[in-house]
Amino acid sequence: MREFPPILQAKNLTKTYGENVIFKNISLDVYKGETIVIIGPSGTGKSTLLRCLNLLTPVDSGQIFLEGEEITAPSVNQDQVRQKIGMVFQNFLLFNHLTALGNVMVGLTKVKKMPHNQAKEKALQELERVGLADRAHHYPAQLSGGQQQRVAIARALAMDPLVMLFDEPTSALDPELIGEVLGVMEQLAHEHMTMLVVTHEMGFAREVADRIIFMEKGRIVEEGTPEDLFERPQQARTREFLGRISELYGKREKG
Amino acid sequence: MISFLEFFVRYFPDLLSGIGMTLLLTAEGILAGLVLGLAATLARTYGGKFWRSLAIAYIELFRGTPLLVQLFLLYYGLPGLGIALSREWSAFLALGLNSGAYQAEYLRGSILAVGEEQMLAARAIGMSKWQAIFYIILPQALRLAIPAWANEPVSLLKASSVVFLIAVPELMTRAKMIASRTYDPIRSYLAAAVLYLILVYLVDAAMKWLEQHTRLPGLSQARQK
Ligand SMILES: Nc1ncnc2c1ncn2[C@@H]1O[C@H](COP(=O)(O)OP(=O)(O)O)[C@@H](O)[C@H]1O
Ligand SMILES: [Mg+2]
Repeated sequence: MREFPPILQAKNLTKTYGENVIFKNISLDVYKGETIVIIGPSGTGKSTLLRCLNLLTPVDSGQIFLEGEEITAPSVNQDQVRQKIGMVFQNFLLFNHLTALGNVMVGLTKVKKMPHNQAKEKALQELERVGLADRAHHYPAQLSGGQQQRVAIARALAMDPLVMLFDEPTSALDPELIGEVLGVMEQLAHEHMTMLVVTHEMGFAREVADRIIFMEKGRIVEEGTPEDLFERPQQARTREFLGRISELYGKREKG
Repeated sequence: MISFLEFFVRYFPDLLSGIGMTLLLTAEGILAGLVLGLAATLARTYGGKFWRSLAIAYIELFRGTPLLVQLFLLYYGLPGLGIALSREWSAFLALGLNSGAYQAEYLRGSILAVGEEQMLAARAIGMSKWQAIFYIILPQALRLAIPAWANEPVSLLKASSVVFLIAVPELMTRAKMIASRTYDPIRSYLAAAVLYLILVYLVDAAMKWLEQHTRLPGLSQARQK
């Protein structure tokens, strides 16, 4: 059952860079506990959309609501909003001068002002959650890409976000490391974390997503359940894209 | 004629107090320069238009004019405006202001090298811009700056010798006094040269130590591959 209002809601978002319209009048409802996968060709505005949703980039017009409260209102403390929306980037972006533990702790101690011991305990739990408790004292440069991305996920989870945004979390990884990151995300989905995931991993989309959104050239072309999109896509563009993507990525998919 | 060694030993106590002053001026100049350079870099990189322009003006002015001119302006020029500074204060200010302009450039390069994306990641967990700067950007930028920045203390140490022109009693001033007292400029300035050489060597060693001990595990190995 869907709980109203949506935990994250975007209404008529428009974003331009100079003359360049990235997307126009995009609306999106994300309900609690849902995993939404966004697919689409590159340059379509998927990353920009995610960055707008957690206020890293301002939209030109439109509104965003988090738990029913407008976060695009001028009076809103944006730093506080960002604490509640976790973000995982394609290239991990761990803080290079901090250990895995330090990366997960820094938001707790500096942003949430949690006492050191309590923050450490919580950070270790989050590392445990992504299977990296034994790497707590390693620096990013001492970790594999897959491990770095799992630390990045733990760093975001530690803030107890309402929603997690993933921007192509496995695109920068060697094929053999993709599984461990997708595994963590799948586990989060089962724990009913609310997630918005941009990915080209069709296996993940098919098995984990509650809903898939196909975006192209700044527009939502089609959306529906994995079955809807994979078995009976309504739009020719969707069919074409899915055909192309399974050619590109098909070899890596499980079963 | 006495040997250089005898000469050196005889006047060493005199030279030693000069060394003390030279080291003090260098250390003060580096520290003041670090604070100024940091402030100027932050203003230039993250400040609004006004602060950015001010920082650029400061940096260009102090890198674009000779240290000696800056020193004379402070010591001989400021009294004309009703501000009389002691020799030591003029020397300290000139070295600090001058070094700050150079340090700003070292720091700026490394802040740019840390990159925008670290800022993005810090903002994404809810840090404010200034929290991100202090907890995420600067700790990395300062480390990155060290290898290039490490030239600055040596460079300032040698540059500090110009303050003998306003008779601050540092190493060069002491050497000059000994030279005029003994009518032996060769040995006097040779003694100063030897001492500068030793100081430079020591400061260099200290910088190497600093570089070693601030290196991040994993990063250096990764770079060597
Ligand atoms: N900071 C920026 N300034 C100008 N143009 C940008 C910026 N960021 C992204 N763009 C442009 O926006 C378009 C969409 O980019 P992006 O959101 O990264 O797409 P996707 O993630 O779907 O590949 C691209 O044409 C890109 O060049
Ligand atoms: Mg993208």
